[in-house]
Amino acid sequence: MGTALDIKIKRANKVYHAGEVLSGVVVISSKDSVQHQGVSLTMEGTVNLQLSAKSPIQIINSTIEMVKPGKFPSGKTEIPFEFPLHLKGNKVLYETYHGVFVNIQYTLRCDMKRSLLAKDLTKTCEFIVHSAPQKGKFTPSPVDFTITPETLQNVKERALLPKFLLRGHLNSTNCVITQPLTGELVVESSEAAIRSVELQLVRVETCGCAEGYARDATEIQNIQIADGDVCRGLSVPIYMVFPRLFTCPTLETTNFKVEFEVNIVVLLHPDHLITENFPLKLCRI
Amino acid sequence: MAVFPWHSRNRNYKAEFASCRLEAVPLEFGDYHPLKPITVTESKTKKVNRKGSTSSTSSSSSSSVVDPLSSVLDGTDPLSMFAATADPAALAAAMDSSRRKRDRDDNSVVGSDFEPWTNKRGEILARYTTTEKLSINLFMGSEKGKAGTATLAMSEKVRTRLEELDDFEEGSQKELLNLTQQDYVNRIEELNQSLKDAWASDQKVKALKIVIQCSKLLSDTSVIQFYPSKFVLITDILDTFGKLVYERIFSMCVDSRSVLPDHFSPENANDTAKETCLNWFFKIASIRELIPRFYVEASILKCNKFLSKTGISECLPRLTCMIRGIGDPLVSVYARAYLCRVGMEVAPHLKETLNKNFFDFLLTFKQIHGDTVQNQLVVQGVELPSYLPLYPPAMDWIFQCISYHAPEALLTEMMERCKKLGNNALLLNSVMSAFRAEFIATRSMDFIGMIKECDESGFPKHLLFRSLGLNLALADPPESDRLQILNEAWKVITKLKNPQDYINCAEVWVEYTCKHFTDTLDAYMLKCIATVHQSLKREVNTVLADVIKHMTPDRAFEDSYPQLQLIIKKVIAHFHDFSVLFSVEKFLPFLDMFQKESVRVEVCKCIMDAFIKHQQEPTKDPVILNALLHVCKTMHDSVNALTLEDEKRMLSYLINGFIKMVSFGRDFEQQLSFYVESRSMFCNLEPVLVQLIHSVNRLAMETRKVMKGNHSRKTAAFVRACVAYCFITIPSLAGIFTRLNLYLHSGQVALANQCLSQADAFFKAAISLVPEVPKMINIDGKMRPSESFLLEFLCNFFSTLLIVPDHPEHGVLFLVRELLNVIQDYTWEDNSDEKIRIYTCVLHLLSAMSQETYLYHIDKVDSNDSLYGGDSKFLAENNKLCETVMAQILEHLKTLAKDEVKTLEYIKKQSKQPDMTHLTELALRLPLQTRT
Repeated sequence: MGTALDIKIKRANKVYHAGEVLSGVVVISSKDSVQHQGVSLTMEGTVNLQLSAKSPIQIINSTIEMVKPGKFPSGKTEIPFEFPLHLKGNKVLYETYHGVFVNIQYTLRCDMKRSLLAKDLTKTCEFIVHSAPQKGKFTPSPVDFTITPETLQNVKERALLPKFLLRGHLNSTNCVITQPLTGELVVESSEAAIRSVELQLVRVETCGCAEGYARDATEIQNIQIADGDVCRGLSVPIYMVFPRLFTCPTLETTNFKVEFEVNIVVLLHPDHLITENFPLKLCRI
Repeated sequence: MAVFPWHSRNRNYKAEFASCRLEAVPLEFGDYHPLKPITVTESKTKKVNRKGSTSSTSSSSSSSVVDPLSSVLDGTDPLSMFAATADPAALAAAMDSSRRKRDRDDNSVVGSDFEPWTNKRGEILARYTTTEKLSINLFMGSEKGKAGTATLAMSEKVRTRLEELDDFEEGSQKELLNLTQQDYVNRIEELNQSLKDAWASDQKVKALKIVIQCSKLLSDTSVIQFYPSKFVLITDILDTFGKLVYERIFSMCVDSRSVLPDHFSPENANDTAKETCLNWFFKIASIRELIPRFYVEASILKCNKFLSKTGISECLPRLTCMIRGIGDPLVSVYARAYLCRVGMEVAPHLKETLNKNFFDFLLTFKQIHGDTVQNQLVVQGVELPSYLPLYPPAMDWIFQCISYHAPEALLTEMMERCKKLGNNALLLNSVMSAFRAEFIATRSMDFIGMIKECDESGFPKHLLFRSLGLNLALADPPESDRLQILNEAWKVITKLKNPQDYINCAEVWVEYTCKHFTDTLDAYMLKCIATVHQSLKREVNTVLADVIKHMTPDRAFEDSYPQLQLIIKKVIAHFHDFSVLFSVEKFLPFLDMFQKESVRVEVCKCIMDAFIKHQQEPTKDPVILNALLHVCKTMHDSVNALTLEDEKRMLSYLINGFIKMVSFGRDFEQQLSFYVESRSMFCNLEPVLVQLIHSVNRLAMETRKVMKGNHSRKTAAFVRACVAYCFITIPSLAGIFTRLNLYLHSGQVALANQCLSQADAFFKAAISLVPEVPKMINIDGKMRPSESFLLEFLCNFFSTLLIVPDHPEHGVLFLVRELLNVIQDYTWEDNSDEKIRIYTCVLHLLSAMSQETYLYHIDKVDSNDSLYGGDSKFLAENNKLCETVMAQILEHLKTLAKDEVKTLEYIKKQSKQPDMTHLTELALRLPLQTRT
């Protein structure tokens, strides 16, 4: 094979914060010596908003010329680089987030220009930005809940529902993104057998613009916490790890919003679905 | 052709012997001598004692015959050494020393006294089987549908990567229906293999998918009676996966310079390793379904070590709580068993988790009798008494983990908590299976009380008694309780209606009966051997009689052969005194229950094997003889045209072992009649007949020894009877050389006992048999030329013929002449020198015969030297014979000479050998001669 281009970011987890220096090496490896018209490295951070005219919003963008046109010797050549993550003006380095309608992504792109006969080489690599810890003290906000047929809304025939009593609590709806969502759920009684209890993590993305705004809720993940007819009166743990990349601290900007919610979904035999919704506030400390 | 007159050289054997004899030099102890046997004094390691002979060891049916030759190799031959290392117990013992050293520092490693999971595996697989059809539902890439919406706006790169991952059987749902149990096992094994393959080819995501799909199978409780086995199979895969992940991350921490120590701390792990490890945990945390998420996380529990010191101790309680979400009590108890298993392996010091699992289990215990379970059982058509026994493997394991090195107080507490719950039979059973045998044994009477109180519906009581019996086989109950325990247990066991249930219990309790009363036997040995014997017999007898009573109707025993065999084995193992064993009245009727021949023969073999091993002194005890003759006859009668050679050899070996152990002391007549009886009984096994002939010959020689060579009329008649026995037995043998050698051997014995005409008869018979020797004979399954064997036999024969006196009515040297005729007529191989070799031996014989006094004699037998007294006619006759033989030899040399070139070549070839250099000269001269 000919020439290979690679970017190695220094930190194994590729996580950087505003104000830090992103560093690493570009590696060029080839059996023979390589003629080139210059190597450049571009750092880019953008917010992609689906269905928005303003998209993409650029957060950060800088290019450096790494090597002037010339020749690399055969073998492996490593060229170190450093990018200070400083922002101009009042721009904010949002946390990396992969969503459906909102995407915040940071990339490093290395381009090697070559003569007409050889194709240009490009290598892209994503790095991850975590927003700075939020100032102020973190205060947990526990929530107790009770679910019975009476507490439900949107029920067509309340009389047809089997009787049940579920009790539980979430230790906090203010969540630290690196800590799991925790709590307990007790099936105190239920006439119908329980099929499953699930935690559904939902993102609520709002994209606003001149024409109005679009708000969409989509599922990120669904975690089953009870399978089958669980023992009555025995607490079942509520426990969910927030997935990386797909969650970020709750974000509210002038153009878009990213929020999260959790649904506790109980499936009863034969075919009843009960959902209880809890808005969450994610933060990083 | 010229006749060369022959004159034998006169020999002075005495003078020659004196001059040739080597000087005897006394050898000091410890001096080197090439012929001295090498004696290496080594302290042999004691054979590993298997813990308790529970029913699981039933497969070891290969009877280990004590062979004097193989015993030399004992312990040192490479095969048994391999076997020793393959033995998990031995392996554990080997690892023990290194472990113990570590154990002193911390208690983070389980000792070898903890029965490992591997021991349980096989038992579970063998016990929980099904004939119903099974299904495997694999749904690779199951998250695809969900991921679809998410990928919409995902960056190009992430999307392509996801697609790559899904390439493996993209979204394929593989449902395999109608699998037999074996198919199922094979499929799982295939999955295990594809997991390893995927891992080896760096397809980590595929590997994870396989593991998730496999663990998902554990939430499926259709064909519930197979669930325990399914658990075993699938957790094997999980173990593989856990090991792969751990090793991979571990290897990332190893750079060229340093290797991570066994007890590393998270600071030693590098960032890449940590990041990879975190990645795994994040991936697993997002598994949708509870059961796979639980199992997969538990399987890589050990990896927490890379992330934080407290990782495992935080993880275990969380996973324990997580199990509360599993609704099905059976699925949940097995999940607990798996967690305890992993926990014991990774962090055995974290006892709290184990206890938590136990108490959580007690909290959910009532679910077993809940509606959901009952409905499921109705749908599957499974009764409660066959459903409940699905729990013990998991429960026993959990209980065993907790009780390992647990303080007595905890065990008592656990017992009390179990007592409090209604219908505690299931718990009681696990307590008995898992707790220390000593703990149970000392409380035997309490347990019997509890068993009695148990609700009869649900968990079968006989299983409880079986569990109790197993404990009592390992540990001794208080002496005062022993008989009462037996009585109480037996009262219940006797009442069991189902023979299979009954035999399962009886098998265990027979061991207790034998064991504890043999202990008493030892203790009171000197005081009251007779009384104890009596009681011992009585106890064993009632047990056996009871078994027979239960098993005989409807031939119920046929289904229970393995257990019945076990009973016999256990009884044999405890009785080494066979007279006591066979005087147990019901022992032989018990044997009669084995009506299937192959099984009966197996049992007989076991008995004979034990007899050969343990019987020290020869015996004439009529009880033993009768019983063992019966046993041997059974074995012998099983031989038919289809019996394999090996089997025949084995049976012969066992029967011979018995025959050798029978001795009536000085009552030789009785001994002979025993041999006569044996011959009629074992006529189909040639090695037995051979043994009998040897035994009878030995008997004749014994008689001679007792009479100091002077037979009385009575003993002479007896000896002739012995000789006659041999003479009529030998022809019934098939092996030609066996017959020849036995004729010769018996002839020698006859000669030694002055039965001259009988000896002649043997020798004549041998001579007349020689022409029948085939060219090729079968030795160990291979066809070999027989000539060398014939040569060997004839040389041996000649040595005997030297001292055989001529019969007065036949001519001089009539036996030699006859033999010479036979040799002359025998069709020898073309171009073979064998015949001439034999002739040269004949020359040796004839020369020895022409001496004034022969080289050796038999006491009280006048050989030809004293019969003829160097008579010239005899010598002339002898010389004439020599000349004839010589002529034959010369004739052969002439034919050789015809083919000069060949001769020359032969000489040249010979001259090249180091000690044949003198032939070189001859070789140079020969061609010249032929030319002239």
